[in-house]
Amino acid sequence: MNAAIRPLTSAPMPRRYSLPIGGVAGTSFKHEHLPAILEDGPQRGFFEVHAENYMGAGGPPHRALETIRKDHPISLHGVCMSIGGPAPLDRAHLARFSGLVARYQPALVSEHLAWSTHETSFFNDLLPLPYTKATLDRVCDHVDEMQEAIRRPILLENPSTYVAFRESTMSETDFIRSVAARTGCGLLLDINNVFVSASNHGFSALDYLADFPLADVGEIHLAGHAAQADDEGELLLIDSHDGPVSDAVWKLYEIVVARRGAVPTLIEWDSQIPDWPVLRAEAAAAQAILDRHQAAGARHAA
Amino acid sequence: MPLEPHISYAADFAAALLDPARPAPSLVTGPNGKAAARRYDVYRNNVTVSLIAALAAIYPAVQRITGADFFRAMARFHLRETPPTSPLLFDYGRDFPAFIERYPHAQALPWLADVARIERAWLDAYHAADASPLPPAALAGIAPDQLAGLTLTPHPAVRIVRSPFSTVTIFAANRADGPVHRIDASAAEDALITRPEFDVVVRLLPPGGATFASELIAGRSLGDAAASALDETPDFDIAAGIAGLIDAGAFTSVLPGDAA
Repeated sequence: MNAAIRPLTSAPMPRRYSLPIGGVAGTSFKHEHLPAILEDGPQRGFFEVHAENYMGAGGPPHRALETIRKDHPISLHGVCMSIGGPAPLDRAHLARFSGLVARYQPALVSEHLAWSTHETSFFNDLLPLPYTKATLDRVCDHVDEMQEAIRRPILLENPSTYVAFRESTMSETDFIRSVAARTGCGLLLDINNVFVSASNHGFSALDYLADFPLADVGEIHLAGHAAQADDEGELLLIDSHDGPVSDAVWKLYEIVVARRGAVPTLIEWDSQIPDWPVLRAEAAAAQAILDRHQAAGARHAA
Repeated sequence: MPLEPHISYAADFAAALLDPARPAPSLVTGPNGKAAARRYDVYRNNVTVSLIAALAAIYPAVQRITGADFFRAMARFHLRETPPTSPLLFDYGRDFPAFIERYPHAQALPWLADVARIERAWLDAYHAADASPLPPAALAGIAPDQLAGLTLTPHPAVRIVRSPFSTVTIFAANRADGPVHRIDASAAEDALITRPEFDVVVRLLPPGGATFASELIAGRSLGDAAASALDETPDFDIAAGIAGLIDAGAFTSVLPGDAA
């Protein structure tokens, strides 16, 4: 035996890089839509699921995911890893997440620049963090740890926020750019989050996007938002995922696609979930923008 | 390693999330010095509303019985006292039945906690590992003198909930969509919860059936389980009892005992 050939058992899971799925649009996967989706036949796009919903041992959730996965790429979107928290990652949760990656071999894997657990309490919300050199180090450690556990890079999602931290010393875009550069992770650009945060903090969404490392973006999220009032009675946007994508977010999306090129794009809709054809139509609108850009690229190349 | 001062943001931010009496943490702000109280309240609201929704999703019959306003208030008290400790929300609310039992405003509904216990067992069965249940004729080939010593492997989804009230009837009426008529709550009812394939089924056990099933699930022999059931309910029908449990999908394998 050639000593240069290393045994395949040196690592429990091989390191993988997902197969690119190209410029296709997908939707959140909601089980109530499964019969309608199956009746439609295989879709061109992908389906995204919240990882935590499939961390039970068995039963109908896994059956639904196995069914949809037969004909569609899956995007595994974690919402509870607390990458942005100061505490160490939850090893048991990381193991569950790794198990899902190994079982379903998703095309895309993502998590949030946020935290949701402190000490023993899980708050079930994406909570914000200050942007400092110290938190940057901690977030990079957490991304490294997660990527090592699942043996592949993740896409890290920019947050929507309602408050800022007095102690922050760098911009969100600088922070995110540094995480990507240091960990090798990709980025999930949530354009609705950019729009919500820009409105809430009084900055320009276009400036933010101009400063965002678009080359690292491996997925885009689009979603709807709601409006409330802040302490001064002025507009405060809420990242509610409960309605159609706003016109302003569509416009920003076209700008991003023109600059970045076509990347997988998700229509995210998590509450007041509409019938399947409504969600499908939102995805078709994103697909039309992606296709228009790809056709223009093909004409340029010709 | 002690926490460095700059990473105390999570402790400071978390402290007021479930406590409306506390002010918003001073470490956060709006843009250009704008106030952050209502902005911070968005997070408070997200946490509380989403956890109430999680409890409502686990306990729909309890919510239907109490009405949404009563349920929201009861759930809010509970989640402030007992926030989730796991990011898996389908695991949340294990302490909710006991909370309902001592919740002062629910004392007029003494069976409500047991309805909640069935709903909690229902969700555990829903997420339990997949396994093929025993076929109906599983015991047909076993010699009569080996029956008393046999033991059975419980299906991962099987659960028993005992109640001194008519809890199975109340549960069934309030998980369905139809109108609920007046129910006499005073008859003791025990529930068998199974998920032989992908649908969770809640059945009413006959008197003595819960003791019989619980002992078999705990790994006691058929003979021992039968003796306990007969001790409690002298006219308990053992043949019908074991056939009913197997038919419900309560077991995955049978281990023959030694010949008597």
